[in-house]
Amino acid sequence: MPELPSPTHGFPGRLFVFEGLDGSGKSTQAMLLGKWLQSQGYRVFFTEWNSSELTAATIRRGKKKNLLTPTTFSLLHATDFADRFERKILPPLRAGYVVVCDRYAYTAFVRDAARGCDPAWVRNIYSFAPRPDCVFYFRVPVSVTLQRKIASRLKINYYEAGMDLGLSDDVRDSYQRFQTRLKQEYERMVRTDEFTVIDSSRSVESIQGQLRSIVRPILQNFPMAERLMHDAG
Amino acid sequence: MTPGRTYGTRLPGLPEHSLPGKLIVVEGADGSGRTTEVTLLKQWLEVEGHAVVDTGLRRSTLVAEEIDRAKQGHTLGATTMALLYCVDFADQLENKIIPALSAGSTVLADRYIYTLMARAVVRGASRDWARELYAFALQPDLVVFLEARPEILLHRAIAKYGSLDYWESGMDLSLSRDLFESFFAYQDRLSKEFAWVAAEYGFHRVDANRTADKVHEDVRALVAPLYLPPAARRDPSPPRPTVSRPRRPAASA
Repeated sequence: MPELPSPTHGFPGRLFVFEGLDGSGKSTQAMLLGKWLQSQGYRVFFTEWNSSELTAATIRRGKKKNLLTPTTFSLLHATDFADRFERKILPPLRAGYVVVCDRYAYTAFVRDAARGCDPAWVRNIYSFAPRPDCVFYFRVPVSVTLQRKIASRLKINYYEAGMDLGLSDDVRDSYQRFQTRLKQEYERMVRTDEFTVIDSSRSVESIQGQLRSIVRPILQNFPMAERLMHDAG
Repeated sequence: MTPGRTYGTRLPGLPEHSLPGKLIVVEGADGSGRTTEVTLLKQWLEVEGHAVVDTGLRRSTLVAEEIDRAKQGHTLGATTMALLYCVDFADQLENKIIPALSAGSTVLADRYIYTLMARAVVRGASRDWARELYAFALQPDLVVFLEARPEILLHRAIAKYGSLDYWESGMDLSLSRDLFESFFAYQDRLSKEFAWVAAEYGFHRVDANRTADKVHEDVRALVAPLYLPPAARRDPSPPRPTVSRPRRPAASA
């Protein structure tokens, strides 16, 4: 087994997390980094927020019918994350994989706080989730995310716009206000949770270059897939 | 009571005004006669002229089905299961219990957060994690705890189902591959955990090794004072737990 457990969480694998507002470019970068790591010979496991089969249908149904309160919204997403964590994130982490997460517990911290849940309560719920080796926070102005949203012609959905909070009757206005709240929460965590801030306004290539140069030293002496297979046998 | 008070965490959307209804909880293991007692209590309260809404675990419209499905599959991790039960509870609290209490009804809960907390802890969660998780729950006016010996629970379980239930026997904990052995080992752990919860949250213990009539008599004596005018009332409401909440992570997976 890998000889160097992570100094942050103690598992043999490594955990990289991408956080930021919708439209900050984090998903593209997470995907590119995952592919690069794979090409370098690492065993990579990639996971997204809100993708477990268990609660996906309930979350969809709950959202569609607007059945969710801030508390059930928070708990459902926590359940979903726990399921993904227990089945998909923890095993590869223990087996020595590089796990790349497009959103992690921090997404819950910002959304739930913006919906009025007690932050200490939310943190406690997610205390089973270990601290990542690195959290990349993609900083972007709210106005830019709105422009991207409009340009993509995707409909802004009810919860994404925080319409359940009654901030405004206008979807676009509500979206802007809600995303501003989320951004405030993220910015607050930059120091407390030691985020690595990535400036989203730069080119895709230059950001990817920056990510790779940050990740390289963290993966120094970290075993490649090939070695894992042979050593484990 | 101190209506509308939670166990420490703010619940977004909880009405500011006091809730005129009463929240009565009946706790006890499977086979403790809990459901029978809830039925008797409901009848009696209605005859006395109180509107009663009954509630229990796994009855939310939101996730009850998911829980059933997950249990069929037996594949959920301990933390996930604990959280799924918590969603179910939260949904009922916000959509059923609080509205009923606001309307002045008596809510009769066949089990409450305490069972869920004990189950989570027996499955590896830390007590602090479980207590904090459910800190958004409303404090009941009264918690009646029906206590029965494991042998009695066993006989009642077999009489009721004709066999032992996988989950009530804690088979997911791999305590024993033998259902019978597992049942005792699991109920033993659960009752130890309940002893802690009972002390912490001020349960009113009732000896449930006796007949349903005798049990009901005791329970009525506990419930009746809740409906007396405040002056005439010897306060039977449970004391607040001594909450010290250090942040300690849950024992994960």
